[in-house]
Parts: sequence; C-alpha cells; structure tokens
Amino acid sequence: MTLHRLLLLSAVNFCLGMYGMVVRRNVICVLMAMELMFNAVIINFIAFAHYGNGHATEGSIFPIFIIAVTACEMAAALAIILTMYRKMHKLDVHRLDSLNG
Amino acid sequence: METFFTTNSWVILLMPFLVFLVNGLFLGKRSWRAAAYFAVACMSVAFFFAIKIAIGFFSHVHEHSYIKGWEIEWLRFASADILGFDLVANVGMLLDPISIMMLVVVTAISVLVNIYSIGYMKEDPSAGRFFSLLSLFSFSMLGLVSSTNIFQMFVFWELVGASSYLLIGFWYHKPSAVSASKKAFIVTRFADAFFLAGIIAVSYFTQTFDFIELNKLATVETLNRYAFLGFGTVNVLTVGTLLIFAGGWGKSAMFPLHIWLPDAMEGPTPVSSIIHSATMVVAGIYLTARLFPLFSHSPLTMDVVAYVGAFTALFAAVIAVTQNDIKRILAFSTLSQLGYMLFSLGVSKMVVEEGGAINSLGYSASMFHVFTHAAFKCMLFLIAGQVIHVVHSNNIWDMGGLRKKMPFTYVSCLIACLAIGGIWPFAGFWSKDEIILASLQGGHTVIFAIGLFVGGLTAFYMFRLFFVTFHGESRKELHHVHEDPFMTFPIVVLAIPSAVGGYFAKDLFHHAFVPNMPLHIHELSHPHWLPWVATSMGLSGIILAYFFFGRNKFTQASSIAKAMGPLHTVIENKFYFDEFYLFMTHKVAFRFVAAPIKWFDRKIVDGVMNLTGFLLHAGGAIVRFLQTGQVQMYLSVMILGLLYFCYRVF
Repeated sequence: MTLHRLLLLSAVNFCLGMYGMVVRRNVICVLMAMELMFNAVIINFIAFAHYGNGHATEGSIFPIFIIAVTACEMAAALAIILTMYRKMHKLDVHRLDSLNG
Repeated sequence: METFFTTNSWVILLMPFLVFLVNGLFLGKRSWRAAAYFAVACMSVAFFFAIKIAIGFFSHVHEHSYIKGWEIEWLRFASADILGFDLVANVGMLLDPISIMMLVVVTAISVLVNIYSIGYMKEDPSAGRFFSLLSLFSFSMLGLVSSTNIFQMFVFWELVGASSYLLIGFWYHKPSAVSASKKAFIVTRFADAFFLAGIIAVSYFTQTFDFIELNKLATVETLNRYAFLGFGTVNVLTVGTLLIFAGGWGKSAMFPLHIWLPDAMEGPTPVSSIIHSATMVVAGIYLTARLFPLFSHSPLTMDVVAYVGAFTALFAAVIAVTQNDIKRILAFSTLSQLGYMLFSLGVSKMVVEEGGAINSLGYSASMFHVFTHAAFKCMLFLIAGQVIHVVHSNNIWDMGGLRKKMPFTYVSCLIACLAIGGIWPFAGFWSKDEIILASLQGGHTVIFAIGLFVGGLTAFYMFRLFFVTFHGESRKELHHVHEDPFMTFPIVVLAIPSAVGGYFAKDLFHHAFVPNMPLHIHELSHPHWLPWVATSMGLSGIILAYFFFGRNKFTQASSIAKAMGPLHTVIENKFYFDEFYLFMTHKVAFRFVAAPIKWFDRKIVDGVMNLTGFLLHAGGAIVRFLQTGQVQMYLSVMILGLLYFCYRVF
C-alpha cells in the first residue's frame, strides 16, 4: 500500500458518494451517499497521517472527531426525514421543491 | 410715542389667532354660540388696543412718522461674515398712520361682522367652523397691514388668500361655491407669483426687506439701473415695482384680473362683507400705499397704477348698472371704488410739474377712501345679507316694498347709498371729492373726467338697487319678515361713520396721512366749483335712478335696455370676460399647452418608467425557471462549476 493507492481509493469513494447524492431519489440513500463522501475524507486524513511527516496526532484525531460529528448530524438528519415522511408519506427528494421560483 | 399699547401691539395679532385655535379645536364643535361670543369678545379686545394705539399715535403725530411696536429676527438668509452682506427677514409690527388706520378698520369690521354672523349663521350646522375661519381671516389681514417688511407681508398675503379660499368655499357642498373659491385662489395666486418675483428682484439688489429701508431715497438710487432680470436687460426699479404691484393687481381684483371678485359672492354674506370692506381686496391698495415712496420714483409704474385704477373704476361701474343680483351689483361697485383708491395713488405723481412732483393729497385721499369705503361697503353687504335672509333670493326683482317691513335697514341703506354716491355731507363725498381733486391737480384730465362720470354712475346704480329693493310693490309673498337684532345692530352702528365719518376724519387724513418721503408741495389750486360739480353728478344719478326705477313702473328702463340691444347684452354678460377666460383656459391653454404636456408625461415619462419595470419583470420571468427547487439539480450545477473552476485553475 502506498499513499498513492490510498488517495485513489479515497477519490473513488468520494466520486461514488457524489454520484449517489446526485442520482438517488430516496432521501435515506442520499444520506448514505453523503456518508460515503465523509469516509473518503477520513481515508485521506489517515493516509496523510501515516505517510506524512510529523503531524500524525492531528491526522488521527480528526477522523474520530468527524465520526462523532457525523453521528450527531445523522441524528438530526434522520429526525428531519422522519418529519418529512410524516408529512408527505414519501421519501422522494424530487418532491422537496417548495423553494422553486 | 412708545406706550403700553404700542409695545404690546402684538395682542392685536394674538387675539384673532387665539380665537381661530380655540374655536377651531374646541369651542366650534361644542357650541357655536359660545364660539361666536368668544370671537366677539377677543376681537373687541383687539379693537380696544387698536383704538388706544390710534389715539396715542395721532395725538402726537408730528413727533415721528412711525413706531416699531416690536420686532424680532426670524430668518437670516445671508449674514455679513459669510457672504459680505446681511439679508434678514424680521417679524414685527410697524405702526404708522396707514397701518394704524387699517388696524382700527379691520378690528372694528371684524367685531361687527362677528356680531352680525350670530344672527346670520344661526341656522347653519357648521357655524362653529365659520367663526374660527373668520378670525383666521382677520388675523391674516391684521398681520398683513402691520408687517415691518415685505417678506412678512408676503407670508400674511398668502395667508389672506388661503383663508379667503376657505371662506368663499365655506358651503363646500355647493359646486358653484367650490369653483368660486378655486377661481379666487388661482387668480390671486397667479398675481402673487409676480409679487414674489418682484420681492426677489428688489431684495436681491437692495439686500433688505424692510419697508422703511425700501422707501428711502438711497434704495431708489440703488435700484435705478439696468440689469439682466431673467428675460432681458431692464431697469430694475421699473420692473421690480411693476412686479410687486402685480401682486396687488390680482388681490385688489383690478382689470383684467377682476373675474374672481364677483364670483366670491358664493360665500356667506358676512364673508363677502369683510372681504369687500376690510380684508383681502384693499390689500392691493395697501401694498401700493406702503411702498408709495419707492413706486413714485418710477413714472411708468405710477402711470400703470393710475390708468389700471381708472379703467377698472369705469368698467366695473358700467357692468354694475346692468346686473340683477344684489350682491353682484355691490361686488362690481367695490371694483369700481377700488379703482378710485388706486388711481388716486397713481395721480399723486403730477404731470403738470417738471419732473413730476408728488402731491400728497392723492395719497391721503386714497387712504381716506379706504377708510370711508370700508364703513359703507361693509354696511351695504350686511344690508344685502339681511334682505336676502328675508326674501330668500339674490335677485333684486324678487324684492321690492321692503321699506315698511324693514325700517332700520331701509334708513341705513339710504345713508349707505348716499355715502357711496358722494352726496354732501356723507362720508363718500369727502373722500371721493379729494380723489377727484387730486387727479385734477395732478393734471390727469382723462382720469379726472372718468372719476367725475363714474361718480354719477355710482349714484345711479346704487339708487337703482335701492329703489328696486325697498320701494314699490312687494313682488314676492313674504312670510315672517323681521329684522334680527344681531344683524340690525352692526348695520346701525356702521351708519354713523358712513354718515359723519368723512366730515370728522378729513382733517386728520389730510395732515397725518402723508407719504414718508421728501415732498415738494406747492400751493395747489383748489377750484371751488369742484364739490358742486361732483355732488350734482351724484344727484343727477339719483334723479335718473328715481325716474327709471323709483315709481314702480319700469317701462322706460326696459325700453332703453331694449333700444341698446346687443350693447346691453354684452354689458350684462360682463363683456364676456368669464367666457373669454374659459375659452383661454379650456380651449387654448388646455388643448395647446396642457394636452401636449399630458401626452409627454403619459407617453415619455411614464413610458420610460413602465419600460424599465417591464424589462425587469420579463428578465425575472426567465431567471425564475432556473430556480426549480430541486436540490440535486443545484448540487449537480455546483459540482460542474467546481470542476470547471478546477479545470481553469490547474
């Protein structure tokens, strides 16, 4: 394993997440795609912490920090999704268009 | 002489203003009767102050020519340390013979008209408003006559216009009253625009507003030069004084701006009475007299003053002969008498003398006529109001035979008609005689002839009114004819100055009312035949009126009217001046000035604005389609943008 391959993994992961976010219609799937993108970032941090020079501590702390914050975000996001479901009985992103011009 | 009354002369202004506020805000709505008594009481206090000032001033008249009761700085337009000269508008009270005379006249007439209105307005639901506005009118006129400077005078001048607008249109539910009030306001405003231009021109060159300063010889020398004034290089003295006089021209309803005054009859009769005697119309005469020393150095201005006055005197008297509305006859007689006052000022510049010396007789006679005319014209209108109140018609042919039913009014009307007709020894004789004498001494032969002739004409049309109204058979069924005591009292009181005021006041006016300027008085001829001629003109007018209208048969009168044919019709329709103005405004001004301006406003000005709005709206409609509300769409665009950015940077 080299830094190069890890970064490639991270990039592929990120692109998959981005693709998922754009094309999936189910809100939960969009949320999961977002999670993929977070993970890509985390992989970047770990890779640089391992192969980089000197800043190993910061590189290890940030992933943990991101995981914690993401968990909170998920809690909030799931609450929103639940409300949305109660209101619309659907989880379709395309239906969320009340901000149109 | 400074006394308690001169230093506290502001009370005269405060009183009517107080009445205006108290009646307008509180008393008027609760009880119009309380409002009326309050107005009478306050105006009596003002009258008392005016009388005290007059007695104090005229008993020491040779000590000084004027007193400044009080004066404070109001507006500082320019100060010496910045612009190099001072231009300050003050507020104060200038007490000199003419202003004191006017203070007495205005306060006295106000008291009497207020008393009269208690009787006249008692059935009107908005009488409270009436008593408030009447006091505002008195306040504006008192402020106008006691102004120390031309700027203060202009402010009160406009206030007079505004309050006359409110009073003429008092019965605002009548369309004719509304249009009459608008007419009065617009015509006088038209003239006031010139007045303001004159004030600006004169004060620009003299750097003062003060009347005392403006009337000094040094001011004349400053002004007497050529300068560029807006439209061309002109003599500032001539143009400035003419512009200022134009303000008085409109306010005093001189030909051809006379059209508003006969229509102003639409207001309640007490208002007509006060407009025609003390407030409003004499303001123009007063302005000319106030700036007389300045005006007299411009020969053209003096000629304009004299000939406009003389022409209006003749023109209005001719129309008055043919009118049938009692108030309209009186309105045209006012125009005619105002013409007398004005040409009397104009003829003070003597053409017979080299260089045109000033004959103070014309000036004092003009002020004398203001005084006597105020008494008998106020009285005549009050009489007209009382008669209308009984007959419920303005047309004199609906009246008749009122002599027995209204004895006090009948006798008072006889006195007033004799006074205005210029019959010895009634008030009008003395003042009119002096005016005619002044025009003869000044060498203005044409004006002298007009003055004499109009004197006879005045007696004729006044006695036509008198005979038709009071003599003969009653031509209409009349119920409950009575003379209201509140309405009769002022009429009887005014009969006293109308009868004897001229005789007792003539020496005072002759000695005290001289323009505040160096005069070159020579011994002037005083032909003894003149009073005889003037009186016989008046008497022949009366005899003619009796011959035509005094014997209950009007066959001769109508046959003469028929014989005159179209001429009579033209005169009866007031020479079609109203129609001419309507044609000029509706057909010419509206079509050729207002309509193109309206087109420009609607199509160009509004068009540009509408186009801007339309473009923004259309642009918005296009941009709106981008806002789909789809989050994933936004995200895709964002990603594409980011990619494009990365592509351009790296």
